[in-house]
Amino acid sequence: MSMGVFTFYLFAVSLVTGGLLTVTAKNPVHSVLWLILAFLSAAGLFVLVGAEFVAMLLIIVYVGAVAVLFLFVVMMLDIDFAALKAEMARYMPLAGLIGVVLLMQLVLAFGPWTFSEGVDARLGNPIPPLAEAHNTQALGMIIYDQYLLLFQLSGLILLVAMIGAIVLTLRHRADVKRQDVIAQMMRDPKKAMELKDVKPGQGL
Amino acid sequence: MTIGLEHYLTVAAALFVIGIFGIFLNRKNVIIILMSVELMLLSVNINLVAFSAFLGDLTGQVFTLFILTVAAAEAAIGLAILVCFFRNRGTIAVEDINVMKG
Repeated sequence: MSMGVFTFYLFAVSLVTGGLLTVTAKNPVHSVLWLILAFLSAAGLFVLVGAEFVAMLLIIVYVGAVAVLFLFVVMMLDIDFAALKAEMARYMPLAGLIGVVLLMQLVLAFGPWTFSEGVDARLGNPIPPLAEAHNTQALGMIIYDQYLLLFQLSGLILLVAMIGAIVLTLRHRADVKRQDVIAQMMRDPKKAMELKDVKPGQGL
Repeated sequence: MTIGLEHYLTVAAALFVIGIFGIFLNRKNVIIILMSVELMLLSVNINLVAFSAFLGDLTGQVFTLFILTVAAAEAAIGLAILVCFFRNRGTIAVEDINVMKG
């Protein structure tokens, strides 16, 4: 067994294990950690196949942003997860049945197939030889040229998602004292202090 | 023995089925359902990258990028809705989300 084959099986097994434990773990924090393992193994598989840029993107976006977001939400919400998990055993047979049926369908679909004749001549963007341009460079040439509009649109999607998330989670709390900048700046020093002439023995 | 496209497709198919399995298994917990959706999107990404690498065409990796974008946006919006819902109702159980039911 060569090194490449061994690495593939290592990453594949840890990917499937991570996925399975993500959906079956009792504690949602553990779920998120297994999800991170699955993402990292998928990034390993991508490196193995020569897609370094997407692999690093996967680590940065999924592990660095999405998984941490999940972790924050799981830890911030005060939820009794044990009660949510209690009926998991009841759904197990149905879920297993659906899983097996779908897996068999996918095997039937993926089993007999071949690349069509002359597919090499019909490639849209052939991968350039490594000496000419590495993966990131070649991807950049395509994204900023052919797919520029889609690239901008995906940025717009992220902008909308950001605004949506902020709008959804923003709330104005009335019980918190806030700084009123206008009131501070418009304050009149002459009215800030009042001098009283206090008679001896009388007080105010 | 060499690793071919079939190996990657098998892994991706297994991961996709695990995602669906997770949705049915955790029918009450929205957070785990969102994670299952992320797993399914990841398996689609694996398919695209594997085909891209074994065909020698970079377009698949470009589309992987866009799927990644949509997945990140979906997770952010989904979790924001979840936090919002939890503030209003104090629960995230799926069967309690029935206000709009006719």
